[in-house]
Amino acid sequence: MATTTTAPTTDRATFEQPKHRARRELRIRLGLQAATLVGVVVLAVLLVRVLAVGLEFLDWGFLTSLPSRIDPSQAGVSPGLTGTLSLMLIVAIGSFPLGIGAALYLEEFAPKNRLTNLIETNIANLAGVPSVVYGLLGAGLFVGILDLGRSLLAGGLTLILLILPVIIVTSREAIKAVPNALREGGLGLGATRWQTTYKLLLPQALPGMITGAILGLSRAIGEAAPILVVGATSARFRNSSPLDLLEQFSALPINIYNYTFDPDPTFQAIAASAIIVLLGALLLMNGIAIYFRNRASKGVR
Amino acid sequence: MTLSDEHANEVNGMQQSTTTDPGLAAPPATATAPDDPTVVTEPVFELQDVNVYYGDFLAVRDVGLRIPSNEITALIGPSGCGKSTLLRTLNRMHDLTHGARVEGEVRYHGHNIYGPNVDPVEVRRRIGMVFQKPNPFPKSIYDNVTFGAKIIGYKGDLDELVERSLRGAALWDEVKDKLHESGLSLSGGQQQRLCIARAIATEPDVILMDEPCSALDPIATLRIEELMRDLRKDYSIVIVTHNMQQAARVSDRTAFLSLDVKEDGVRTGIVVEYDTTDKIFTDASDERTEAYITGRFG
Repeated sequence: MATTTTAPTTDRATFEQPKHRARRELRIRLGLQAATLVGVVVLAVLLVRVLAVGLEFLDWGFLTSLPSRIDPSQAGVSPGLTGTLSLMLIVAIGSFPLGIGAALYLEEFAPKNRLTNLIETNIANLAGVPSVVYGLLGAGLFVGILDLGRSLLAGGLTLILLILPVIIVTSREAIKAVPNALREGGLGLGATRWQTTYKLLLPQALPGMITGAILGLSRAIGEAAPILVVGATSARFRNSSPLDLLEQFSALPINIYNYTFDPDPTFQAIAASAIIVLLGALLLMNGIAIYFRNRASKGVR
Repeated sequence: MTLSDEHANEVNGMQQSTTTDPGLAAPPATATAPDDPTVVTEPVFELQDVNVYYGDFLAVRDVGLRIPSNEITALIGPSGCGKSTLLRTLNRMHDLTHGARVEGEVRYHGHNIYGPNVDPVEVRRRIGMVFQKPNPFPKSIYDNVTFGAKIIGYKGDLDELVERSLRGAALWDEVKDKLHESGLSLSGGQQQRLCIARAIATEPDVILMDEPCSALDPIATLRIEELMRDLRKDYSIVIVTHNMQQAARVSDRTAFLSLDVKEDGVRTGIVVEYDTTDKIFTDASDERTEAYITGRFG
């Protein structure tokens, strides 16, 4: 028995899993589950806490009132909400075509040389640049040089720049995942580069691209630092429409930021209400995007 | 027919050659009967001094071939000898490969397709391709067939085109009731026939096939082979195959490629012998061909 280091010493007719192997499988599974749980639990605690504190002030009036620092029952987030919705629209319209266009160019059309290599590396690096740096860029470029003022448009353009690298990188990955056989099939039939790209590659890559766009847009909507630097305020003073591009603007993260630093604990609770509104806006946006993604991937099959 | 005879045939092919160099090893033009099967009189492709590089690596060297129209020409040879590489020079598929480069002339009905002002898209519209692995588009069977035709601006009746192309590819009866199902739902052999239907729907002049049966079972292979013999009436076909029996069964002409290994270990693909398939398989001139055909090598 001392020499039996090989595994199947037991009856060859049984197919029971050896104990040591079962234990190891279990340990690994528990470890992986724990890793998953950390994220889920933290998020759940955060959500429960925010909901517990914030639901109290959440009503229609909260969505339609201006921010207040005097009477909690009168306080609201209407400038932030309209500002955030307007920003979403601007950023979506601006960043998707630019990001997907750049990704298509880099993957399908650009010559493979050192210059494109350099560009590709730099785009990947740009995705990691702190958002406040983009804010400074936006303040300098859009507010300063282009003289757009501390406006909704300047804020939107800044956020577009912020998430463009993320969208380009994820879109490129989505294009890369399309099998080369499809490309050859199209070109072999006499399709041009663009026909092949538009009719064959894009439909395949679209679901992945939309995922990237969701990630990018979600990030843009939650950012406070860059739009603060560009000059977002907590309220819009003039009675302008939400899509008045050259008016000054606000956004939910700014409202949240301001409420959080109020010395009055009641207003700190109102910050939680504003967070719920922001989460709701994100959920709505992602829901729409996921709807489109599912439609796109259905067309693929 | 060896490579040097090949050039003699080029002279024969011109018919009106008045001054045949008496120093040539080949017999004078008059000695060749007009219906001599070894003479390619109306080539669809003429390759001359073709070298194909991947970066600095010379993959295929010094190819000279005259490929006849309305015949099936097979490229055979051991793995890695450059059969697919050579096939892809015929419709400029190498343009898609980073670093690939073609030297020499590939004349298609007399026009050098690597000449200036040649749009590879126009080349590929005349010279269709079927790939090793069936690659139907993730679209319906119907849309697969009409894809190429729509791209080249086909104005006729699409329903009729789909039926004609699928019949041409011997697939119609199997799919006529499910034209709007995905092309990917078909079996491997059906998918490959769909790819052939897709290629012939654009009405090309030539169909290149890169090991079209290597992913298929013997029955599906047989169907594709039957199909190729049918298609020969309307198209010129060049096929790369690993399967010598297949080359013997379907092709009219066979080019045997092999690897020329230098002392420093550099391996380059060369055309060893090109002749009628009968001759190659029964009475090869080159002993390397003979060795390969009989299974002593490769």
